[in-house]
Amino acid sequence: MEASAVTAGGGGGARRSRERLVPLLFLLPALVFLGVWLVYPTVRTIVRSFFDRSGDQFVGFDNYKALFTTDTLTTAIENNVLWVAVVPAFVTAIGLVFAVLTERIRWSTGFKTAVFMPMAISLFAAGVIWRVMDEKDPAQGTVNASIKVVKDAFGGGGVLTNAQGSTPQLVGSPQKGFVLRTPVRPGGTAAMGLTAIPPAEVPSSAAQAVAPRPQAGAIDGVVWRDFKPGGGRPGVVEPGEDGLPGVTVELRRASGGGVVASTSTAEDGSFSFGGVRPGSYRVGIASSTFSEPFTGVSWLGPKLITPAIMIAYVWVWAGFAMVIIAAGLAAISREVLEAARTDGATEWQVFRRVTVPMLAPVLSVVFITMIINVLKVFDIILSIAPASSQDDANVIALAMWRTSFGGVNDFGLGSAIAVFLFVLVIPVLALNVRRFRREV
Amino acid sequence: MGATGQAAGRAATIPAATTRRRESPAARVGRLVAHAPLNLFLLLVGVLWLVPTLGLLFTSLLPASDIAQEGWWKVVAHPSVATFDNYRAIFENSAITSALWTTVQIAVGNTVLLVVVASLAGYAFAWLEFPGRDWLFVVVIGLLVVPLQVALIPIFSLYQSTGLFDTVLGLILFHVAFGLPFGIFLMRNFFVGIPKDILESARIDGASEWRIFTRLILPLGLPAIGALAIFQFLWTWNDLIVALTFGRNTQPLTVAIFSQTRQFGSNIDLIAPASFLSLAIPLVVFLLFQRAFVRGLLAGSVK
Repeated sequence: MEASAVTAGGGGGARRSRERLVPLLFLLPALVFLGVWLVYPTVRTIVRSFFDRSGDQFVGFDNYKALFTTDTLTTAIENNVLWVAVVPAFVTAIGLVFAVLTERIRWSTGFKTAVFMPMAISLFAAGVIWRVMDEKDPAQGTVNASIKVVKDAFGGGGVLTNAQGSTPQLVGSPQKGFVLRTPVRPGGTAAMGLTAIPPAEVPSSAAQAVAPRPQAGAIDGVVWRDFKPGGGRPGVVEPGEDGLPGVTVELRRASGGGVVASTSTAEDGSFSFGGVRPGSYRVGIASSTFSEPFTGVSWLGPKLITPAIMIAYVWVWAGFAMVIIAAGLAAISREVLEAARTDGATEWQVFRRVTVPMLAPVLSVVFITMIINVLKVFDIILSIAPASSQDDANVIALAMWRTSFGGVNDFGLGSAIAVFLFVLVIPVLALNVRRFRREV
Repeated sequence: MGATGQAAGRAATIPAATTRRRESPAARVGRLVAHAPLNLFLLLVGVLWLVPTLGLLFTSLLPASDIAQEGWWKVVAHPSVATFDNYRAIFENSAITSALWTTVQIAVGNTVLLVVVASLAGYAFAWLEFPGRDWLFVVVIGLLVVPLQVALIPIFSLYQSTGLFDTVLGLILFHVAFGLPFGIFLMRNFFVGIPKDILESARIDGASEWRIFTRLILPLGLPAIGALAIFQFLWTWNDLIVALTFGRNTQPLTVAIFSQTRQFGSNIDLIAPASFLSLAIPLVVFLLFQRAFVRGLLAGSVK
């Protein structure tokens, strides 16, 4: 039996070993790469994490203890928890909304290209982009400039920040507002000159101030910048002196009490209260005219740096979520949706009860992918966070790099952080393997 | 164009097309009005998504004297101030030009190598019989999510002792290795879909596996190869951490720019144009090959 098997297998054995050899040859390059660059280093890193920084001394779990007790590292872990809690859900939700909404427009391709585009850009370059966006000075940073525009447009900010009365007639301060000492009666005028206004704050629409003319039954007046190169005469409206538009002027009874009327000045600084009942009134400038100058939100400072980076990160990844979910959406049968609509379901009900449940597998893929991505977040933090707030923006992947290569050069602790990161992705690893096993 | 989520776009336009034919002009106007808020909202979102990138482009066009004080909108408000001087300066800066060349070498080199190695292995996993095949493939899938941080320290030591440290080759090899799990996964799944008859008849005709692979599988696998190539190209063109760890003088663009960010404000005339240069090439690749890119994304959204 044995002999015959050998003889019969003479040619066949060679062929069989050749058959064995062929797959090996196809696989060999990949196995070498995976073995040398992935499997060996993983084992080596695990071993290394139990040794001290020089690598000579076995220290047991000391590095892991340090990981959970060193301040910058616990900050990194906390930040990463925050990242995992906020970003994947956000990205998935935005992707879902975009995917559903773009189905209803004609130019969905253009929209998708715009939103998806940041995916092609490196996270590092995206960081540079957002560092420019998040500059603190509203003259430079886009985000703060937009906030300033909105603030100014909705009157949240006053038109001026500082001023004082040009004559002792006008008393008060920007915080309390100003008021004319002398009461005014209908038919009288009120000229309120201000000085100490920074030239940059004079609105560009300001026009030559015009001295008020008395009108029966009305109180007319002007608020103007009582200053021109060379000084001019205080209290007198002169050529070359501009009116101050947008100033809130208030009218009160001289006997006391609340505001009777209020108005806003025109481009030449003039204002007019018509149909004023007989009596004695005080005219003043409301404190709401003045506000602290908006110097910008410190996005890159220690407090807001993590949310600022998260916004940039969502900007990058929303397109990814949108595209994957849109593909899933395309696979949902139209009939099911139409049937729900025919049964009288509102669009919201269709979305909530049909679309979302049917998309659940796709949504979970996006969500899980984002968790992995977020656990590994690195480049974008390095490029957005200035050195001064990097400790506050720290995350595990960055902490690993900074500990190992960023000056500290502690390979023991660095290895422990890497292993910790690896442990965190193991559940996802298991999930992937299980999903594959089910498919086969 | 017409590529991103093209399937979704197609599915959405079919019912629209059929209703459009029957629609009266009045109904059409009514529908447009009803959809106006949605269109407006999405237009706003689209613009919002473009502003950051355009902002960097416009910033890079500001004159060097303005760039540290002015916002990018100055270029929009006064187009006459726009200048290419910053770009001229970075192209005369040998650190940047050599970094660009290094980036090209790394990105192209590792992509070519990865495609070859991943296709070979993908074919073996898809169509060759050998013991432990499924078990080995499960290992590959497991390796998909391994964070590269796990490998940095041992490979750093390995490279120091073998002379691969601070070389383009060292960076290429690292990128190939970490691209492989995804590459093998993608190629194997694509190759499995090739009809068995084609392979069987080739085998019966006596073609060697090598011949089948080069003459049959590779041409048929071009779509998957394209997707993988674009993915890996973008991935490695954009890399920062690997080059930062295993290079000193071998600097790709990202690292060269990164070294300038310590004085972000004073170096912005270099950072802005160089960053835009570094993202312009992936952007062009992406816009040209959107379809393949999305295909790769859909096939392997587990990475």
